[in-house]
Amino acid sequence: MLPILFFLYHAVVIIALSIVIITRRNPVHSVLWMLVLFFHIAGLYLFLNAEFLAAVQVILYAGAILVLFLFVIMMLNIKHELNADLSIGEWPIGVAIGLSVMTLTVLGIGKFVPGPMGQASIEAVKAETHTKAIGRVLYMDYLFPFELASIILLIAIVGAIVLAKKEKASDR
Amino acid sequence: MNIIESMLYPILYPDTIIGMVAVILVKIALVLGVTMLHVAYATYFERKVIGHMQVRMGPMRVGFHGLLQPIADGIKLFFKEDLIPAAADRTVFQLAPIVMLFAAMSSLAVIPFFDGFIIADLNVGLLYLLAMSSLGAYGLVMAGWSSNSKYSFLGGLRSSSQVISYEIAVGLSLVGVMMMSGSLNPKEIVLAQQQHWYGMYLFPQFLGYFIFMVGAFAETNRTPFDLPEAETELVAGYFVEYSGMRFSLFFVAEYVGMIVMSAIAVTCFWGGWSIPPVFVKLLPPLAAVPGVIWFVLKIYIHVFLFYWVRATLPRYRYDHLMALGWKVLIPLALLNIVATAIIKFMN
Repeated sequence: MLPILFFLYHAVVIIALSIVIITRRNPVHSVLWMLVLFFHIAGLYLFLNAEFLAAVQVILYAGAILVLFLFVIMMLNIKHELNADLSIGEWPIGVAIGLSVMTLTVLGIGKFVPGPMGQASIEAVKAETHTKAIGRVLYMDYLFPFELASIILLIAIVGAIVLAKKEKASDR
Repeated sequence: MNIIESMLYPILYPDTIIGMVAVILVKIALVLGVTMLHVAYATYFERKVIGHMQVRMGPMRVGFHGLLQPIADGIKLFFKEDLIPAAADRTVFQLAPIVMLFAAMSSLAVIPFFDGFIIADLNVGLLYLLAMSSLGAYGLVMAGWSSNSKYSFLGGLRSSSQVISYEIAVGLSLVGVMMMSGSLNPKEIVLAQQQHWYGMYLFPQFLGYFIFMVGAFAETNRTPFDLPEAETELVAGYFVEYSGMRFSLFFVAEYVGMIVMSAIAVTCFWGGWSIPPVFVKLLPPLAAVPGVIWFVLKIYIHVFLFYWVRATLPRYRYDHLMALGWKVLIPLALLNIVATAIIKFMN
């Protein structure tokens, strides 16, 4: 009973917060509500015994990415944003796409079959601690995809620096 | 149930759910109470230490040698008017100091004060500490932005970019400790240190300790990295517009942050509540001293270091600060990780 209540609380709050975030007029308030949302997502990870993921969720998303959002938004002229119309002219198309995706999900959800159980049962993960278990899988079984992902991220970082760097007169 | 029995409830019935909750609540109250008392006297200690270093007396008037000064300060701040600027974003303005204090205080939950005394024995305790310190950055940003003043705003931007940059160095400097102890649990880290005769990771991880302490000064916005409060440029930085109790909440958060940083340093590098086994071998009666005494003594040494540096060093320039963080500390921390990994692999 308690796990179900825990999950229900998080699910309901996450959906409610998502709606709150997109309806705020002030973008800074949206970001702050998003912070609350990220903590609830971390709560869901804890619910799944994934304590490492929960901590990393807070450190990376709340601690790094969201603060950068906040930086950029603070540089904007909020006064202008506050008076802008929130809805754009094409909103019926957006609603149509959203509804169709939702219909597909609702129709498809009954067809889901749980995948075969892996070796990492809850007891095994608990005995080994989640950090060790995830590290073992990531660096031993999936090392190549992991390195591939890190190279792709590196390319993105280099690309961002190239785009952001101002061209000096001497470089031309 | 009479009052005495209900007060003894956690001791009498520690196995029931109510008993367990009561034990945790008592622990929290104890830790918070002791910490707040330390915060109050940390301000007194700071003024005295810096005073004597600068050949002054420090506070002398209130009580014997000014011993009641922090209480007088607290009462004064408590009764001051709480002003909120007309142009401020009220909710965010009021929330900012609370977020900051919350982040600082909740870090205390995973710190092992002595053997068996820890509020929450988390397996990912160190990561939790990093997560809470990144939450503290929100307090700064929120205070700076919501005050709607250019001084606060610039102070908020400066301090949050400073905190975020140094967080990386601090996080990486702890990786060496995590590798040596093979755990993220603060209690296990202390126990792992006791396996060595020197009993402190301070010696093998001297580089990590140096990076951690420099980062800790920047994270807590203390001199020489107190640019967010650079008086000559920004008045008081992000909390310019705060007054009374809300102002003092920022102050308390800064001192709790300092104590938390010292506690992390003690836990990860100074062997926590234990003393090096070699000392115990030389002088067996030392083993009888309760762990909490060692822990508190080590914390005091670190807090003293914060004051000592403040009285000694001038403030950094902002671009120097960022260059130090990104171009010196982070590469050094990475070097430390690689070196630790190689040594661990060789053994």
